Amino acid sequence: MGRLGGRWYQRHVAALFLLPASLLYLLYVLAPIPLSFYYSLFRWDGLTAARFVGAGNWAELARDAIFWKSLGNNLKLVALSVLIQLPLGLGLALLTTQRGRTRKWAQGALFVPMMLSSVAIGILWKYIYDPNFGLLNGLLEAVGLPGLRRAWLGEPATALYAVIATVSWQYTPLYMLLFSAGLLGIPSELYDAAAIDGATGFQSFRHVTLPMLRATAATALTLAVVGSLKYFDLIYVMTEGGPLYSTEVMATYMYRKAFHEFRMGYGSTVAVAMFLAAAAAAAAVLASGIGPGRKEGR
Amino acid sequence: MSRVLSRMVRWGLTAVAVVVAIYPLLFMIQTSVRTQMDFLVGGLWKLPTQPVWSHYADVLRAGFVRYLANTSLVAGASVLAIAAFGAMAAYVLARFRLRGLRLLFVLFVGGMLIPVHITLIPVYVLTRVLRLYDSLLGLIGPYVAFNLPVTIFILTGFFRDFPVELEEAAAIDGCSTARAFWSVVLPLSGPPLLTVVVYNLVILWNEFIFALVLTSSPSRWILTLGLWNFQGQYGLNVPAIMASVALSVLPLIVLYLIGQEKVMRGMLGGALKG
Repeated sequence: MGRLGGRWYQRHVAALFLLPASLLYLLYVLAPIPLSFYYSLFRWDGLTAARFVGAGNWAELARDAIFWKSLGNNLKLVALSVLIQLPLGLGLALLTTQRGRTRKWAQGALFVPMMLSSVAIGILWKYIYDPNFGLLNGLLEAVGLPGLRRAWLGEPATALYAVIATVSWQYTPLYMLLFSAGLLGIPSELYDAAAIDGATGFQSFRHVTLPMLRATAATALTLAVVGSLKYFDLIYVMTEGGPLYSTEVMATYMYRKAFHEFRMGYGSTVAVAMFLAAAAAAAAVLASGIGPGRKEGR
Repeated sequence: MSRVLSRMVRWGLTAVAVVVAIYPLLFMIQTSVRTQMDFLVGGLWKLPTQPVWSHYADVLRAGFVRYLANTSLVAGASVLAIAAFGAMAAYVLARFRLRGLRLLFVLFVGGMLIPVHITLIPVYVLTRVLRLYDSLLGLIGPYVAFNLPVTIFILTGFFRDFPVELEEAAAIDGCSTARAFWSVVLPLSGPPLLTVVVYNLVILWNEFIFALVLTSSPSRWILTLGLWNFQGQYGLNVPAIMASVALSVLPLIVLYLIGQEKVMRGMLGGALKG
Protein backbone atom coordinates (compact mmCIF):
# COMPACT_ATOMS: atom_id res chain seq x y z
CA MET A 1 0.00 0.00 0.00
CA GLY A 2 1.56 3.28 -1.05
CA ARG A 3 1.60 5.63 1.85
CA LEU A 4 3.26 8.82 2.84
CA GLY A 5 5.99 8.30 5.36
CA GLY A 6 8.24 5.32 5.87
CA ARG A 7 7.93 2.26 7.96
CA TRP A 8 9.15 4.13 11.02
CA TYR A 9 6.32 6.61 10.69
CA GLN A 10 3.79 3.82 10.15
CA ARG A 11 4.84 2.06 13.34
CA HIS A 12 4.48 5.22 15.35
CA VAL A 13 1.07 6.02 13.96
CA ALA A 14 -0.03 2.45 14.70
CA ALA A 15 1.27 2.59 18.26
CA LEU A 16 -0.32 5.97 18.90
CA PHE A 17 -3.70 4.89 17.53
CA LEU A 18 -3.69 1.65 19.51
CA LEU A 19 -2.46 3.12 22.76
CA PRO A 20 -5.61 4.44 24.49
CA ALA A 21 -7.77 1.40 23.71
CA SER A 22 -5.04 -1.10 24.57
CA LEU A 23 -4.10 0.60 27.81
CA LEU A 24 -7.66 0.76 29.15
CA TYR A 25 -8.39 -2.76 27.98
CA LEU A 26 -5.28 -4.17 29.61
CA LEU A 27 -5.90 -2.30 32.87
CA TYR A 28 -9.61 -3.03 33.31
CA VAL A 29 -10.27 -6.27 31.43
CA LEU A 30 -7.18 -8.40 30.79
CA ALA A 31 -4.98 -7.88 33.85
CA PRO A 32 -7.86 -8.49 36.32
CA ILE A 33 -8.25 -12.09 35.10
CA PRO A 34 -4.90 -13.43 36.39
CA LEU A 35 -5.24 -11.10 39.38
CA SER A 36 -8.53 -12.76 40.36
CA PHE A 37 -6.83 -16.16 40.15
CA TYR A 38 -4.12 -14.77 42.41
CA TYR A 39 -6.58 -13.27 44.93
CA SER A 40 -8.37 -16.62 45.13
CA LEU A 41 -5.34 -17.96 47.01
CA PHE A 42 -5.78 -15.53 49.91
CA ARG A 43 -8.00 -14.84 52.83
CA TRP A 44 -8.60 -11.10 52.58
CA ASP A 45 -11.25 -8.58 53.68
CA GLY A 46 -10.10 -5.90 51.25
CA LEU A 47 -8.67 -3.67 53.99
CA THR A 48 -6.30 -5.47 56.33
CA ALA A 49 -3.35 -7.59 55.22
CA ALA A 50 -4.15 -10.64 53.12
CA ARG A 51 -3.17 -14.09 54.35
CA PHE A 52 -2.03 -16.77 51.93
CA VAL A 53 -4.22 -19.86 52.21
CA GLY A 54 -3.13 -21.77 49.11
CA ALA A 55 -5.93 -23.87 47.75
CA GLY A 56 -7.99 -23.33 50.92
CA ASN A 57 -10.66 -21.25 49.20
CA TRP A 58 -10.93 -23.80 46.42
CA ALA A 59 -11.38 -26.62 48.91
CA GLU A 60 -14.11 -24.58 50.57
CA LEU A 61 -15.77 -23.95 47.20
CA ALA A 62 -15.83 -27.68 46.47
CA ARG A 63 -17.73 -28.25 49.73
CA ASP A 64 -19.92 -25.16 49.46
CA ALA A 65 -23.48 -26.40 48.91
CA ILE A 66 -24.75 -22.89 48.20
CA PHE A 67 -22.22 -22.40 45.43
CA TRP A 68 -23.31 -25.66 43.80
CA LYS A 69 -26.93 -24.62 44.19
CA SER A 70 -26.16 -21.33 42.48
CA LEU A 71 -24.39 -23.14 39.65
CA GLY A 72 -27.45 -25.38 39.34
CA ASN A 73 -29.70 -22.32 39.19
CA ASN A 74 -27.47 -20.88 36.47
CA LEU A 75 -27.86 -24.10 34.50
CA LYS A 76 -31.65 -23.97 34.92
CA LEU A 77 -31.54 -20.39 33.73
CA VAL A 78 -29.48 -21.43 30.69
CA ALA A 79 -31.79 -24.32 29.82
CA LEU A 80 -35.03 -22.41 30.27
CA SER A 81 -33.69 -19.34 28.48
CA VAL A 82 -32.84 -21.47 25.48
CA LEU A 83 -36.11 -23.42 25.61
CA ILE A 84 -38.36 -20.37 26.11
CA GLN A 85 -36.72 -17.36 24.52
CA LEU A 86 -35.43 -18.93 21.31
CA PRO A 87 -38.66 -20.67 20.18
CA LEU A 88 -40.73 -17.68 21.30
CA GLY A 89 -38.39 -15.32 19.49
CA LEU A 90 -38.61 -17.43 16.35
CA GLY A 91 -42.41 -17.52 16.64
CA LEU A 92 -42.62 -13.75 16.97
CA ALA A 93 -40.22 -13.33 14.05
CA LEU A 94 -42.42 -15.56 11.90
CA LEU A 95 -45.52 -13.63 12.97
CA THR A 96 -44.01 -10.26 12.13
CA THR A 97 -41.93 -11.17 9.06
CA GLN A 98 -43.61 -12.42 5.94
CA ARG A 99 -42.53 -12.66 2.34
CA GLY A 100 -39.48 -10.49 2.87
CA ARG A 101 -41.40 -7.78 4.70
CA THR A 102 -41.60 -6.98 8.38
CA ARG A 103 -44.55 -5.68 10.33
CA LYS A 104 -42.68 -2.69 11.67
CA TRP A 105 -45.26 -1.43 14.15
CA ALA A 106 -45.50 -4.82 15.80
CA GLN A 107 -41.76 -5.36 15.98
CA GLY A 108 -41.31 -1.82 17.22
CA ALA A 109 -43.81 -2.37 20.04
CA LEU A 110 -42.41 -5.81 20.91
CA PHE A 111 -38.88 -4.46 21.13
CA VAL A 112 -39.66 -1.85 23.79
CA PRO A 113 -38.60 -4.04 26.78
CA MET A 114 -35.05 -4.08 25.37
CA MET A 115 -34.81 -0.33 25.97
CA LEU A 116 -35.33 -0.65 29.72
CA SER A 117 -32.60 -1.20 32.27
CA SER A 118 -32.62 -4.49 34.16
CA VAL A 119 -33.03 -2.42 37.31
CA ALA A 120 -36.20 -0.77 35.99
CA ILE A 121 -37.56 -4.10 34.76
CA GLY A 122 -36.70 -5.79 38.04
CA ILE A 123 -38.52 -3.18 40.10
CA LEU A 124 -41.52 -3.12 37.76
CA TRP A 125 -41.88 -6.90 37.91
CA LYS A 126 -41.36 -7.03 41.64
CA TYR A 127 -44.64 -5.16 41.87
CA ILE A 128 -46.28 -7.31 39.23
CA TYR A 129 -45.48 -10.34 41.42
CA ASP A 130 -46.40 -8.61 44.68
CA PRO A 131 -48.64 -10.88 46.81
CA ASN A 132 -51.00 -8.10 47.96
CA PHE A 133 -51.33 -5.55 45.21
CA GLY A 134 -49.52 -7.27 42.34
CA LEU A 135 -50.82 -7.33 38.78
CA LEU A 136 -50.44 -11.10 38.42
CA ASN A 137 -52.50 -12.01 41.48
CA GLY A 138 -55.05 -9.38 40.48
CA LEU A 139 -55.29 -10.94 37.04
CA LEU A 140 -55.71 -14.45 38.48
CA GLU A 141 -58.53 -13.19 40.66
CA ALA A 142 -60.16 -11.38 37.75
CA VAL A 143 -60.27 -14.55 35.66
CA GLY A 144 -61.69 -16.58 38.54
CA LEU A 145 -58.58 -18.40 39.69
CA PRO A 146 -57.97 -16.87 43.12
CA GLY A 147 -56.67 -20.24 44.32
CA LEU A 148 -53.49 -19.71 42.31
CA ARG A 149 -52.61 -16.46 44.05
CA ARG A 150 -49.28 -16.59 45.82
CA ALA A 151 -46.19 -14.62 46.81
CA TRP A 152 -44.41 -15.42 43.55
CA LEU A 153 -41.02 -14.09 44.59
CA GLY A 154 -41.44 -14.89 48.27
CA GLU A 155 -41.75 -18.65 47.96
CA PRO A 156 -38.68 -20.77 47.15
CA ALA A 157 -40.79 -23.04 44.95
CA THR A 158 -41.78 -20.29 42.50
CA ALA A 159 -39.17 -17.53 42.86
CA LEU A 160 -36.67 -18.83 40.30
CA TYR A 161 -39.36 -19.47 37.70
CA ALA A 162 -40.88 -16.04 38.29
CA VAL A 163 -37.47 -14.48 37.70
CA ILE A 164 -36.91 -16.58 34.58
CA ALA A 165 -40.29 -15.44 33.21
CA THR A 166 -39.17 -11.84 33.64
CA VAL A 167 -35.82 -12.56 31.97
CA SER A 168 -37.76 -14.03 29.05
CA TRP A 169 -39.97 -10.93 28.86
CA GLN A 170 -36.82 -8.84 28.71
CA TYR A 171 -34.78 -10.77 26.15
CA THR A 172 -37.25 -12.53 23.82
CA PRO A 173 -37.50 -9.37 21.65
CA LEU A 174 -33.78 -9.60 20.92
CA TYR A 175 -34.18 -13.12 19.57
CA MET A 176 -37.22 -12.01 17.57
CA LEU A 177 -35.07 -9.38 15.90
CA LEU A 178 -32.24 -11.84 15.30
CA PHE A 179 -34.51 -14.43 13.72
CA SER A 180 -36.32 -11.76 11.74
CA ALA A 181 -33.00 -10.65 10.23
CA GLY A 182 -32.29 -14.32 9.48
CA LEU A 183 -35.67 -14.73 7.77
CA LEU A 184 -35.10 -11.66 5.64
CA GLY A 185 -31.83 -13.20 4.48
CA ILE A 186 -33.51 -16.26 2.96
CA PRO A 187 -33.76 -15.81 -0.83
CA SER A 188 -37.40 -15.85 -1.95
CA GLU A 189 -36.46 -18.08 -4.90
CA LEU A 190 -36.16 -20.98 -2.46
CA TYR A 191 -39.81 -20.58 -1.47
CA ASP A 192 -40.84 -20.24 -5.11
CA ALA A 193 -39.01 -23.46 -5.93
CA ALA A 194 -40.61 -25.23 -2.97
CA ALA A 195 -44.05 -24.03 -4.08
CA ILE A 196 -43.44 -25.30 -7.61
CA ASP A 197 -42.52 -28.66 -6.11
CA GLY A 198 -45.90 -28.61 -4.42
CA ALA A 199 -44.69 -28.02 -0.87
CA THR A 200 -47.30 -27.03 1.68
CA GLY A 201 -46.73 -24.10 4.00
CA PHE A 202 -45.53 -26.39 6.74
CA GLN A 203 -43.28 -28.35 4.43
CA SER A 204 -41.54 -25.26 3.12
CA PHE A 205 -41.11 -24.10 6.74
CA ARG A 206 -39.63 -27.48 7.67
CA HIS A 207 -37.36 -27.87 4.65
CA VAL A 208 -36.49 -24.30 3.67
CA THR A 209 -36.94 -21.94 6.61
CA LEU A 210 -35.52 -24.03 9.43
CA PRO A 211 -32.34 -25.22 7.67
CA MET A 212 -31.65 -21.69 6.44
CA LEU A 213 -31.93 -20.34 9.98
CA ARG A 214 -29.26 -22.67 11.32
CA ALA A 215 -26.52 -20.04 11.56
CA THR A 216 -28.91 -17.56 13.21
CA ALA A 217 -30.02 -20.19 15.70
CA ALA A 218 -26.38 -20.93 16.54
CA THR A 219 -25.71 -17.26 17.25
CA ALA A 220 -28.86 -17.06 19.36
CA LEU A 221 -27.86 -20.18 21.28
CA THR A 222 -24.40 -18.80 22.06
CA LEU A 223 -25.86 -15.50 23.21
CA ALA A 224 -28.42 -17.20 25.45
CA VAL A 225 -25.91 -19.60 27.03
CA VAL A 226 -23.14 -17.09 27.69
CA GLY A 227 -25.62 -14.41 28.80
CA SER A 228 -27.41 -16.74 31.22
CA LEU A 229 -24.17 -17.73 32.94
CA LYS A 230 -23.26 -14.14 33.80
CA TYR A 231 -26.75 -12.94 34.68
CA PHE A 232 -26.84 -10.53 37.62
CA ASP A 233 -28.69 -7.18 37.63
CA LEU A 234 -32.27 -8.35 37.39
CA ILE A 235 -31.94 -11.13 39.96
CA TYR A 236 -30.09 -8.91 42.38
CA VAL A 237 -32.81 -6.26 42.15
CA MET A 238 -35.74 -8.67 42.33
CA THR A 239 -34.64 -11.13 45.03
CA GLU A 240 -30.95 -10.62 45.94
CA GLY A 241 -30.69 -14.39 45.47
CA GLY A 242 -33.38 -15.24 48.02
CA PRO A 243 -35.55 -16.57 49.46
CA LEU A 244 -33.35 -19.29 50.98
CA TYR A 245 -30.90 -19.06 48.05
CA SER A 246 -33.65 -20.29 45.72
CA THR A 247 -32.68 -17.69 43.08
CA GLU A 248 -28.98 -17.46 43.93
CA VAL A 249 -26.79 -17.59 40.82
CA MET A 250 -23.00 -17.51 40.66
CA ALA A 251 -22.90 -13.77 40.01
CA THR A 252 -25.14 -12.83 42.97
CA TYR A 253 -23.26 -15.27 45.20
CA MET A 254 -19.93 -13.78 44.18
CA TYR A 255 -21.25 -10.29 44.93
CA ARG A 256 -22.63 -11.43 48.29
CA LYS A 257 -19.31 -12.96 49.34
CA ALA A 258 -17.08 -10.13 48.12
CA PHE A 259 -19.12 -7.01 48.83
CA HIS A 260 -21.55 -7.94 51.62
CA GLU A 261 -19.39 -10.28 53.67
CA PHE A 262 -16.12 -8.68 52.51
CA ARG A 263 -14.53 -12.02 51.76
CA MET A 264 -12.58 -10.79 48.75
CA GLY A 265 -10.46 -13.93 48.47
CA TYR A 266 -13.41 -16.29 48.48
CA GLY A 267 -15.38 -13.92 46.25
CA SER A 268 -12.51 -14.08 43.76
CA THR A 269 -12.67 -17.87 43.91
CA VAL A 270 -16.36 -17.81 43.01
CA ALA A 271 -15.63 -15.29 40.24
CA VAL A 272 -12.91 -17.47 38.76
CA ALA A 273 -15.21 -20.50 38.90
CA MET A 274 -17.81 -18.45 37.05
CA PHE A 275 -15.23 -17.42 34.46
CA LEU A 276 -14.22 -21.05 33.96
CA ALA A 277 -17.86 -22.11 33.60
CA ALA A 278 -18.43 -19.42 30.96
CA ALA A 279 -15.24 -20.40 29.14
CA ALA A 280 -16.22 -24.09 29.24
CA ALA A 281 -19.69 -23.29 27.90
CA ALA A 282 -18.29 -21.14 25.10
CA ALA A 283 -15.78 -23.88 24.22
CA ALA A 284 -18.54 -26.51 24.28
CA VAL A 285 -20.76 -24.49 21.95
CA LEU A 286 -17.86 -23.91 19.56
CA ALA A 287 -16.59 -27.49 19.70
CA SER A 288 -20.01 -28.99 19.08
CA GLY A 289 -19.89 -27.39 15.67
CA ILE A 290 -23.18 -25.56 16.10
CA GLY A 291 -21.50 -22.36 17.18
CA PRO A 292 -21.33 -19.26 15.02
CA GLY A 293 -18.49 -18.85 12.61
CA ARG A 294 -19.24 -22.05 10.75
CA LYS A 295 -20.82 -21.16 7.47
CA GLU A 296 -23.94 -22.80 6.13
CA GLY A 297 -23.75 -25.50 3.53
CA ARG A 298 -22.79 -29.11 3.53
CA MET B 1 -61.60 -19.24 3.92
CA SER B 2 -58.56 -20.87 5.49
CA ARG B 3 -56.53 -17.90 4.32
CA VAL B 4 -58.77 -15.48 6.16
CA LEU B 5 -58.58 -17.71 9.20
CA SER B 6 -54.77 -17.87 9.17
CA ARG B 7 -54.66 -14.08 8.81
CA MET B 8 -56.94 -13.72 11.81
CA VAL B 9 -54.86 -16.12 13.90
CA ARG B 10 -51.73 -14.25 12.92
CA TRP B 11 -53.23 -10.92 13.91
CA GLY B 12 -54.60 -12.33 17.12
CA LEU B 13 -51.28 -13.81 18.22
CA THR B 14 -49.38 -10.66 17.31
CA ALA B 15 -51.86 -8.57 19.29
CA VAL B 16 -51.51 -10.82 22.33
CA ALA B 17 -47.70 -10.57 22.15
CA VAL B 18 -47.83 -6.78 21.85
CA VAL B 19 -50.14 -6.57 24.87
CA VAL B 20 -47.79 -8.76 26.94
CA ALA B 21 -44.81 -6.60 25.94
CA ILE B 22 -46.47 -3.23 26.48
CA TYR B 23 -49.11 -3.68 29.16
CA PRO B 24 -46.70 -3.68 32.13
CA LEU B 25 -45.55 -0.24 31.02
CA LEU B 26 -49.09 1.08 30.65
CA PHE B 27 -49.86 -0.30 34.10
CA MET B 28 -46.79 1.50 35.39
CA ILE B 29 -47.91 4.83 33.96
CA GLN B 30 -51.50 4.36 35.07
CA THR B 31 -50.41 3.58 38.62
CA SER B 32 -47.89 6.42 38.72
CA VAL B 33 -50.62 9.06 38.33
CA ARG B 34 -52.85 7.73 41.13
CA THR B 35 -52.68 8.75 44.74
CA GLN B 36 -51.48 6.07 47.11
CA MET B 37 -54.88 6.04 48.82
CA ASP B 38 -56.67 5.61 45.51
CA PHE B 39 -54.32 2.73 44.61
CA LEU B 40 -54.77 0.93 47.93
CA VAL B 41 -58.53 1.38 48.13
CA GLY B 42 -59.63 1.53 44.50
CA GLY B 43 -57.87 -1.64 43.37
CA LEU B 44 -55.53 -2.31 40.49
CA TRP B 45 -57.66 -1.56 37.50
CA LYS B 46 -59.43 1.64 38.40
CA LEU B 47 -58.50 4.39 36.00
CA PRO B 48 -57.67 7.63 37.77
CA THR B 49 -60.43 10.17 37.25
CA GLN B 50 -57.94 12.96 37.73
CA PRO B 51 -54.28 12.15 36.98
CA VAL B 52 -52.01 13.18 39.85
CA TRP B 53 -48.52 14.23 38.79
CA SER B 54 -47.20 14.95 42.25
CA HIS B 55 -45.27 11.66 42.45
CA TYR B 56 -43.15 12.78 39.54
CA ALA B 57 -42.36 16.02 41.33
CA ASP B 58 -41.51 14.05 44.49
CA VAL B 59 -39.19 11.73 42.57
CA LEU B 60 -37.40 14.63 40.90
CA ARG B 61 -36.96 16.29 44.30
CA ALA B 62 -35.61 13.04 45.75
CA GLY B 63 -32.40 13.39 43.77
CA PHE B 64 -33.39 12.16 40.33
CA VAL B 65 -32.27 15.35 38.63
CA ARG B 66 -28.81 14.62 39.96
CA TYR B 67 -28.90 10.94 38.95
CA LEU B 68 -30.10 11.89 35.49
CA ALA B 69 -27.27 14.37 35.11
CA ASN B 70 -24.73 11.83 36.40
CA THR B 71 -25.89 9.14 33.99
CA SER B 72 -25.93 11.55 31.05
CA LEU B 73 -22.43 12.72 31.88
CA VAL B 74 -20.86 9.31 32.46
CA ALA B 75 -22.65 7.53 29.62
CA GLY B 76 -22.07 10.44 27.23
CA ALA B 77 -18.34 10.78 27.97
CA SER B 78 -17.85 7.01 27.87
CA VAL B 79 -19.64 6.61 24.54
CA LEU B 80 -17.52 9.36 22.98
CA ALA B 81 -14.33 7.76 24.28
CA ILE B 82 -15.42 4.30 23.14
CA ALA B 83 -16.20 5.54 19.63
CA ALA B 84 -12.94 7.53 19.36
CA PHE B 85 -10.54 4.97 20.87
CA GLY B 86 -12.40 2.09 19.24
CA ALA B 87 -12.27 3.66 15.78
CA MET B 88 -8.55 4.49 16.10
CA ALA B 89 -7.66 0.97 17.20
CA ALA B 90 -9.95 -0.68 14.67
CA TYR B 91 -8.44 1.34 11.84
CA VAL B 92 -4.94 0.10 12.65
CA LEU B 93 -6.17 -3.47 13.16
CA ALA B 94 -7.95 -3.41 9.79
CA ARG B 95 -5.36 -1.62 7.66
CA PHE B 96 -1.84 -2.07 8.98
CA ARG B 97 0.33 -5.11 8.32
CA LEU B 98 2.48 -5.29 11.44
CA ARG B 99 3.50 -8.20 13.57
CA GLY B 100 1.32 -8.86 16.60
CA LEU B 101 -1.79 -7.13 15.27
CA ARG B 102 -3.63 -10.41 14.68
CA LEU B 103 -3.02 -11.49 18.24
CA LEU B 104 -4.14 -8.10 19.51
CA PHE B 105 -7.36 -8.38 17.50
CA VAL B 106 -8.08 -11.82 18.97
CA LEU B 107 -7.42 -10.49 22.47
CA PHE B 108 -9.82 -7.60 21.97
CA VAL B 109 -12.58 -9.68 20.40
CA GLY B 110 -12.23 -12.45 22.98
CA GLY B 111 -13.22 -9.85 25.57
CA MET B 112 -16.83 -10.16 24.39
CA LEU B 113 -17.07 -13.49 26.22
CA ILE B 114 -15.52 -12.38 29.53
CA PRO B 115 -18.06 -12.05 32.37
CA VAL B 116 -17.60 -8.74 34.22
CA HIS B 117 -17.61 -10.48 37.58
CA ILE B 118 -14.10 -11.87 37.22
CA THR B 119 -12.79 -8.32 36.92
CA LEU B 120 -14.96 -6.83 39.66
CA ILE B 121 -12.62 -7.21 42.64
CA PRO B 122 -9.41 -6.22 40.79
CA VAL B 123 -11.19 -3.21 39.25
CA TYR B 124 -12.48 -2.25 42.70
CA VAL B 125 -8.93 -2.48 44.10
CA LEU B 126 -7.47 -0.56 41.14
CA THR B 127 -10.09 2.17 41.48
CA ARG B 128 -9.21 2.57 45.15
CA VAL B 129 -5.50 2.67 44.37
CA LEU B 130 -6.06 5.33 41.70
CA ARG B 131 -8.13 7.28 44.27
CA LEU B 132 -11.09 7.21 41.89
CA TYR B 133 -13.41 5.32 44.25
CA ASP B 134 -16.80 7.01 44.60
CA SER B 135 -16.23 9.36 41.67
CA LEU B 136 -17.93 9.58 38.29
CA LEU B 137 -14.54 9.55 36.59
CA GLY B 138 -13.83 6.16 38.14
CA LEU B 139 -16.76 4.65 36.22
CA ILE B 140 -15.57 5.79 32.81
CA GLY B 141 -12.49 3.53 32.72
CA PRO B 142 -14.36 0.23 33.10
CA TYR B 143 -17.27 1.50 30.99
CA VAL B 144 -14.97 2.25 28.08
CA ALA B 145 -12.77 -0.82 28.47
CA PHE B 146 -15.65 -3.28 28.64
CA ASN B 147 -17.37 -1.96 25.55
CA LEU B 148 -14.29 -1.73 23.35
CA PRO B 149 -14.46 -5.40 22.21
CA VAL B 150 -17.86 -5.15 20.48
CA THR B 151 -16.98 -1.71 19.14
CA ILE B 152 -13.63 -2.78 17.74
CA PHE B 153 -15.19 -5.89 16.22
CA ILE B 154 -17.89 -3.90 14.40
CA LEU B 155 -15.57 -1.14 13.23
CA THR B 156 -12.69 -3.41 12.15
CA GLY B 157 -15.14 -5.31 9.97
CA PHE B 158 -16.28 -2.05 8.41
CA PHE B 159 -12.78 -0.63 7.84
CA ARG B 160 -11.63 -3.88 6.22
CA ASP B 161 -14.33 -3.48 3.58
CA PHE B 162 -13.67 0.22 3.16
CA PRO B 163 -12.33 0.90 -0.37
CA VAL B 164 -8.58 1.37 0.04
CA GLU B 165 -8.38 3.43 -3.17
CA LEU B 166 -9.75 6.47 -1.39
CA GLU B 167 -6.89 6.45 1.10
CA GLU B 168 -4.37 5.82 -1.66
CA ALA B 169 -5.68 8.82 -3.54
CA ALA B 170 -5.38 10.88 -0.36
CA ALA B 171 -1.81 9.65 0.11
CA ILE B 172 -0.94 10.73 -3.43
CA ASP B 173 -2.40 14.13 -2.59
CA GLY B 174 0.08 14.31 0.27
CA CYS B 175 -2.15 13.19 3.13
CA SER B 176 -0.48 11.45 6.06
CA THR B 177 -2.07 8.26 7.38
CA ALA B 178 -3.49 10.04 10.39
CA ARG B 179 -4.91 12.78 8.21
CA ALA B 180 -6.43 10.33 5.74
CA PHE B 181 -8.13 8.55 8.64
CA TRP B 182 -9.50 11.79 10.01
CA SER B 183 -10.63 13.51 6.84
CA VAL B 184 -11.32 10.66 4.40
CA VAL B 185 -12.28 7.52 6.32
CA LEU B 186 -14.15 8.88 9.34
CA PRO B 187 -16.54 11.16 7.42
CA LEU B 188 -17.64 8.11 5.42
CA SER B 189 -18.07 5.89 8.49
CA GLY B 190 -21.36 7.35 9.69
CA PRO B 191 -23.53 4.20 9.74
CA PRO B 192 -21.16 1.90 11.71
CA LEU B 193 -20.27 4.72 14.10
CA LEU B 194 -23.97 5.33 14.68
CA THR B 195 -24.49 1.62 15.42
CA VAL B 196 -21.63 1.73 17.91
CA VAL B 197 -22.87 4.91 19.59
CA VAL B 198 -26.49 3.76 19.88
CA TYR B 199 -25.60 0.29 21.16
CA ASN B 200 -23.15 1.54 23.76
CA LEU B 201 -25.44 4.34 24.85
CA VAL B 202 -28.29 1.92 25.58
CA ILE B 203 -25.95 -0.50 27.39
CA LEU B 204 -24.30 2.21 29.49
CA TRP B 205 -27.49 4.12 30.25
CA ASN B 206 -28.73 0.93 31.89
CA GLU B 207 -25.44 -0.13 33.55
CA PHE B 208 -25.64 -1.18 37.18
CA ILE B 209 -22.93 -3.48 38.54
CA PHE B 210 -19.85 -1.24 38.22
CA ALA B 211 -21.78 1.71 39.64
CA LEU B 212 -22.91 -0.51 42.52
CA VAL B 213 -19.34 -1.55 43.33
CA LEU B 214 -17.43 1.66 42.57
CA THR B 215 -19.61 4.42 44.03
CA SER B 216 -21.28 4.95 47.39
CA SER B 217 -22.42 8.56 47.99
CA PRO B 218 -25.87 9.55 46.76
CA SER B 219 -24.37 12.54 44.94
CA ARG B 220 -22.42 10.10 42.72
CA TRP B 221 -25.27 7.71 42.03
CA ILE B 222 -26.23 7.13 38.45
CA LEU B 223 -29.86 6.60 37.47
CA THR B 224 -30.03 2.83 37.98
CA LEU B 225 -28.42 3.10 41.39
CA GLY B 226 -30.68 5.97 42.44
CA LEU B 227 -33.71 4.06 41.22
CA TRP B 228 -32.72 0.96 43.16
CA ASN B 229 -32.12 2.92 46.35
CA PHE B 230 -35.36 4.88 45.94
CA GLN B 231 -37.26 1.62 45.73
CA GLY B 232 -35.50 0.34 48.82
CA GLN B 233 -36.51 3.45 50.71
CA TYR B 234 -40.07 4.08 49.52
CA GLY B 235 -40.98 0.49 48.65
CA LEU B 236 -44.50 0.73 50.04
CA ASN B 237 -45.50 3.79 48.05
CA VAL B 238 -46.24 1.91 44.83
CA PRO B 239 -47.40 4.91 42.75
CA ALA B 240 -44.22 6.82 43.63
CA ILE B 241 -42.05 3.82 42.71
CA MET B 242 -43.85 3.53 39.38
CA ALA B 243 -43.23 7.22 38.74
CA SER B 244 -39.52 6.75 39.47
CA VAL B 245 -39.27 3.80 37.08
CA ALA B 246 -41.19 5.70 34.41
CA LEU B 247 -38.90 8.72 34.73
CA SER B 248 -35.78 6.59 34.54
CA VAL B 249 -36.84 4.84 31.33
CA LEU B 250 -38.28 7.94 29.66
CA PRO B 251 -35.06 9.22 27.98
CA LEU B 252 -34.32 5.97 26.16
CA ILE B 253 -37.98 5.52 25.21
CA VAL B 254 -37.93 9.00 23.68
CA LEU B 255 -34.71 8.15 21.84
CA TYR B 256 -36.40 4.99 20.63
CA LEU B 257 -39.50 6.82 19.44
CA ILE B 258 -37.36 9.28 17.50
CA GLY B 259 -35.12 6.76 15.78
CA GLN B 260 -36.76 3.37 16.19
CA GLU B 261 -35.24 1.85 13.06
CA LYS B 262 -31.75 3.03 13.88
CA VAL B 263 -31.96 1.98 17.51
CA MET B 264 -33.18 -1.48 16.59
CA ARG B 265 -30.46 -1.87 14.00
CA GLY B 266 -27.87 -0.66 16.49
CA MET B 267 -29.02 -3.08 19.18
CA LEU B 268 -29.07 -5.94 16.68
CA GLY B 269 -25.62 -5.03 15.36
CA GLY B 270 -24.20 -4.97 18.87
CA ALA B 271 -25.88 -8.18 19.95
CA LEU B 272 -24.88 -10.06 16.81
CA LYS B 273 -21.27 -9.19 17.39
CA GLY B 274 -21.45 -9.49 21.18
